[in-house]
Amino acid sequence: MWEDYANLFIKSIFIENMVFAYFLGMCSYLAISKTLKNGVGMGLAVIFVLTITVPLNYLIYEYLLVDGALSWIGPEYAQLDLSFLSLIMFIAVIASMVQLVEMIVEKFSPALYGSLGIFLPLIAVNCAILGGSLFMQIKDFSGISEAAVYGFGSGVGWFLAIVAIAAIREKIAYSNVPAPLKGLGITFIITGLMALGFMSFMGIKL
Amino acid sequence: MKKVNNKKPSFLFIGRNSAEGIFSKKNKKLLSDPLDDNNPITVQVLGICSALAITVQLKPAVVMTASVIFVMACSNVIISILRNLIPNRIRIIVFLVVISSLVALVDQFLKAYAYDVSKELSIFIGLIVTNCIVMGRLEAFALGNGVWKSFLDGIGNAIGYGIILILVAFFRELLGSGNLWGMQVVPDFLYESWYVNNGLMLLSPMALITVGIIIWIQRSFNKKLIEKG
Repeated sequence: MWEDYANLFIKSIFIENMVFAYFLGMCSYLAISKTLKNGVGMGLAVIFVLTITVPLNYLIYEYLLVDGALSWIGPEYAQLDLSFLSLIMFIAVIASMVQLVEMIVEKFSPALYGSLGIFLPLIAVNCAILGGSLFMQIKDFSGISEAAVYGFGSGVGWFLAIVAIAAIREKIAYSNVPAPLKGLGITFIITGLMALGFMSFMGIKL
Repeated sequence: MKKVNNKKPSFLFIGRNSAEGIFSKKNKKLLSDPLDDNNPITVQVLGICSALAITVQLKPAVVMTASVIFVMACSNVIISILRNLIPNRIRIIVFLVVISSLVALVDQFLKAYAYDVSKELSIFIGLIVTNCIVMGRLEAFALGNGVWKSFLDGIGNAIGYGIILILVAFFRELLGSGNLWGMQVVPDFLYESWYVNNGLMLLSPMALITVGIIIWIQRSFNKKLIEKG
């Protein structure tokens, strides 16, 4: 049982890495990776929000939306299939959770708010967050703890990616890159090479 | 926050400056600018998230482009109509509601009429919701401009996005599997003599590198896009 969780965790970090395998959250990945400090802040915010929203959306999907989910109200509701609403529900949950988390962090930990604060609003439109929930819907997890592990693992994967590229970009500022490739172009190519490297994790199992 | 709206009916259709023709020079620029000088992917860096994963073959890329054109044009028009009514503080949520309803529409439509393509695109149609390109144009353009201009801006940016998508998909499908639109284009005698498909092109990292090369080529022709520093 613990083995399954560990497997899922490793898989969501390395093999199904949000950035390198699915290109999710690329916009903020490219925009906020200019300095290492900002990269770390954004990465932490993503871990935080993914770990909360994926299990929450799992509950909503499992008990309200999926085919026959409403049977706990009464047998006459068992026919209903509301899964076409899942997109709107997920994004509403994510947007409101981000707002809520922002308020809670601001109230209880001003120091954390100072470092995470500006990144939280950006997260509502980070595709990695919605992607986590949509993958959860496809993967058909058997319980909420699996969904939570998956959310946390993909967050850690995203964190790793942005920290790595931010560190590389800080160094590459000093190298002699062809002028038309400067900035965006070289970042794309480096990300591609990193993704090739991450492919070597494929098939790893504990 | 109350905004007094003294320019009454002008928010419909052509905008306050109705002396301007429908296809004036300025409006044409709105349409053509995002194709090169202000391309959403290679210059504004918007909408990359969903752009890369679906470019293994030409067909899903074209379907994706069509969906994005539809969603962007409609959402730009809707937000532009509502722009004086939306309170500033909750605008992001309003955007999300409008976009996600449109995307749900596209999603259901594809599931009904093109099931195999929608299966292939899996979650990436849903991810148009958080595609920064839609959000970004709503925030940057539709919130401050008339309906017709916003419509043109939406179409222009979606086409600029689509061009890159289709270019990448074209090269990846051609070099990776020797096909175009699912049909074989590399002739058999080449395979028999020396030619081998480059399987690497089918893997996801090559999408990033292809876009990097496209940026390289574009910027070496269009010098003013080169980043300083």
